[in-house]
Amino acid sequence: MKPAPFEYWAPTSLDEALKLLSGFDDPGDAKVLAGGQSLMALLNLRLAQPAYIVDLNGIAELSSISRDNGTLTIGAMTRQRIAERSADVAAACPLMVQALQQVGHPQIRNRGTVGGSLAHADPAAELPTLAVCLGADLVMRGPSGERTVNARDFFTGFLSTVLAEDEILTAVRIPAAGPGTGSAFEEVARRHGDFAMVGVAAHVQLNGDTIAAASIALSGVDGQPVHAADAGAALAGQTPSDDVFAAAGAAASAGLDPTSDLHASGAYRKHVAGVLVRRALKVATARAKENQ
Amino acid sequence: MTSPMTQRQITVTVNGAARAATVEPRRTLADFLRHDLDLTGTHLGCEHGACGACTVVLDGAAVRSCLILAVQADGHEVTTVEGVADDGAMHPIQQALWDNQAFQCGFCTPGFVMSIYGMVGEGCGRLSRQEIREELSGNICRCSGYQKIVDGVEAALSGEVTA
Repeated sequence: MKPAPFEYWAPTSLDEALKLLSGFDDPGDAKVLAGGQSLMALLNLRLAQPAYIVDLNGIAELSSISRDNGTLTIGAMTRQRIAERSADVAAACPLMVQALQQVGHPQIRNRGTVGGSLAHADPAAELPTLAVCLGADLVMRGPSGERTVNARDFFTGFLSTVLAEDEILTAVRIPAAGPGTGSAFEEVARRHGDFAMVGVAAHVQLNGDTIAAASIALSGVDGQPVHAADAGAALAGQTPSDDVFAAAGAAASAGLDPTSDLHASGAYRKHVAGVLVRRALKVATARAKENQ
Repeated sequence: MTSPMTQRQITVTVNGAARAATVEPRRTLADFLRHDLDLTGTHLGCEHGACGACTVVLDGAAVRSCLILAVQADGHEVTTVEGVADDGAMHPIQQALWDNQAFQCGFCTPGFVMSIYGMVGEGCGRLSRQEIREELSGNICRCSGYQKIVDGVEAALSGEVTA
């Protein structure tokens, strides 16, 4: 199918884009177009029929990668392929590289953006899960200025976030990975590049032979990414072992009640979630050891 | 301030030549190439980014032309499958696929050619068979079983094929 007609606006600055968004009669009738790898498909299928499209691709200031004071900042319009190949991203957030390699296909990542994936908030997508795992800060601008919301408070449900209709996500700030940390992104999908049935992001901080802190987030098991906070916190002070990882997997899975769909039953997703948590923790811990 | 438009004048450099047209903003790049420029070598399968048949190279990177608006290509450079052959002689990528019989019905072939063209243009060098499969995971072929396509790409990346 082909998209329904819309008015097309291509601002060249963030201020101009914000002015446009709050100037429409009904801001809810406008959609912000980033890389378009989800929105364009929705337009083609006419699942989305906005009256206005505000295209961010002409706004150079939204595309950047920088690293300072222990924080990696990625501009919202940074192409996923650019982030995947960035030396700064590889050094400060190796989990991002692993996650991006599982996003769609190279042709999708050439066009898709880091911010677009976060704002679209697909519950099966990799980047929202990564942001929740690492407690990344999401920076957004609206008519009344800038605000920052932690990823753990950003996602509110299926394809839903705290972003207001007249706000634009401008950047994601991720705490840089330090010595003794390791991370892993594990997922099960029908085919490479498909949306995962279940995905798990895990981050581990070691102190000698003991786990100092751990964080676990899951995709595909609820309407939004799930932060398995208790299962992660329970790992602090433990000595890593297969039993400890298995217990964490069981704890993370216990609180889940995934729905069934065409791709997998809820019971299967719940089981796979526990297995992937165990695997991701094992890989993340091995990487943390190498990184000490 | 850019003005809102329901019709927009665009100029896109396609296969090295500037091509101007007036299009509706909702026109996808794929439909612009096929219907406005009569470049029907770019095939359209699923129209929602899943199949890869419509792959073209935009500013040096392989992308889905069904997931990009024609107006977004205004002022940019696009290479389609019609632009890779040199004056009727097949490009080494095409020759390698030909030599290895890497297609059956051929519907997906332009998308594969452009994905490989994008990889080579980015200086991918020689890749393992597994790496080739991952690079081409975004292109679906429903007849070949992929073995011959991977054979063809291996040959193309070996640098031994000239056309």
